[in-house]
Amino acid sequence: MCLAIPMKVIEVRGDAGDPLMPQIAVVDADGISIDVRLDLTDRPAAPGDYLIVHAGFAIHTLSEEDALINLQLFKEMAEGVRKLDNQAGGSS
Amino acid sequence: MKCADEFRSRDLAEVLLQALSAVPNSDRKIRIMEVCGTHTNAIFRHGLRSLLPKNIELISGPGCPVCVTPAGHVDAFIAAARLDGVIIATFGDLIRVPGSSGSLAQAREQGARVEIVYSPMDGLQLAQAETDQIVVFPAVGFETTAPTIAATILETERLGLNNFCVISAGKVMPPPLELLMADPDLNIDGLLCPGHVSAIIGADAYKPLAEKYNISCAVAGFEPADIVSGLLSLTRQICDDTARVDNCYTRVVTESGNQRAQQLVNEVFTIEDTEWRGLGIIPGSGLGLRDGYKKYDAFARLDLHVEPAPEPKGCKCGDILKGRLLPPACPLYGKRCTPLQPIGPCMVSSEGTCAAYYRYWE
Repeated sequence: MCLAIPMKVIEVRGDAGDPLMPQIAVVDADGISIDVRLDLTDRPAAPGDYLIVHAGFAIHTLSEEDALINLQLFKEMAEGVRKLDNQAGGSS
Repeated sequence: MKCADEFRSRDLAEVLLQALSAVPNSDRKIRIMEVCGTHTNAIFRHGLRSLLPKNIELISGPGCPVCVTPAGHVDAFIAAARLDGVIIATFGDLIRVPGSSGSLAQAREQGARVEIVYSPMDGLQLAQAETDQIVVFPAVGFETTAPTIAATILETERLGLNNFCVISAGKVMPPPLELLMADPDLNIDGLLCPGHVSAIIGADAYKPLAEKYNISCAVAGFEPADIVSGLLSLTRQICDDTARVDNCYTRVVTESGNQRAQQLVNEVFTIEDTEWRGLGIIPGSGLGLRDGYKKYDAFARLDLHVEPAPEPKGCKCGDILKGRLLPPACPLYGKRCTPLQPIGPCMVSSEGTCAAYYRYWE
């Protein structure tokens, strides 16, 4: 149910200030364009951003940089254990 | 996303797995509950169980929305489907879930209109296209799904449409987790917290659990590196004897969650008591429609009721959802109950623990 793959925004339609024109993002999902509702996004989405999509709605907007920061966190976590292990005299 | 593959890469997962094996004082037995059905599935699919240190035991939790929907609710969905002039628009994994007699799929075979939709908004579009029918959406799901239902109801209101309604069966995660963590027999050391529920409610939502029950918590995404980093955070906390909430899914989850989605849910829904399959009635764990939105309540509109219904005979889904039993311990598992002929909901849904075991267990 929880698709984890962020989808890239190609185009944003509608007007955030006009309830008669709800905002929709056209996203690229593995080469297929699909429409995603933006009613729930915590941060406005622009072309080039990525969306986490659940049941046709974007629930989170993220950028490439957000993903890179997350990767850095993992690397630091692994490094943190290595340092502790060295202090404890571990071999691995 | 250029770096998307990195979260899936073997190299990064391996570095994290090595770190996991090297956590000081980690030779004790560690019991971790992965709450979310998508985690259960991803852990199997990526073969992570066989790569983890042997002392880490993973227990699956109640995080499959279809699985925790009691048979009495499923009966009400079927009763609605059998009414003239009603179309059921539902997420696909619900249609084969057995109630006390039959499923939505069987009702469809017998002539009821049951349409599978990807989004509740597709149900609303169906209502726009077929104005002489009432479209009923069984609103099963957790915090991730609730805002999508809320937004759909608000859109129905905006359009002035009166032939779309929902069977409100949404649930929230913290109360059942509290119930499970208070159970001394379960003896859970750490919680791998669901990624997309947390995108909505925020990582801070688990702080009371960590503090009150001394349970280590880590929010994680669904790629291999995400899951292993979550397990690494939990193992470190558990071996340090600390209990806090670590957010390992920073690209999607913030401390306070998605405020806009929370606002929409609060606008449309109010917290009420509700029944969970296997766990019974849990106070404050359900989402009911607020007074201003009662006209979208299919129960009132179609005069439906939830009657108490017995669980399928011999089915151990209840104990499996509580983490008390593993699927192979159920007498029906793999014999009378298989994904092709499911008896219990945990075997039906692709998120279900039994379905995951059946597909991947050696």
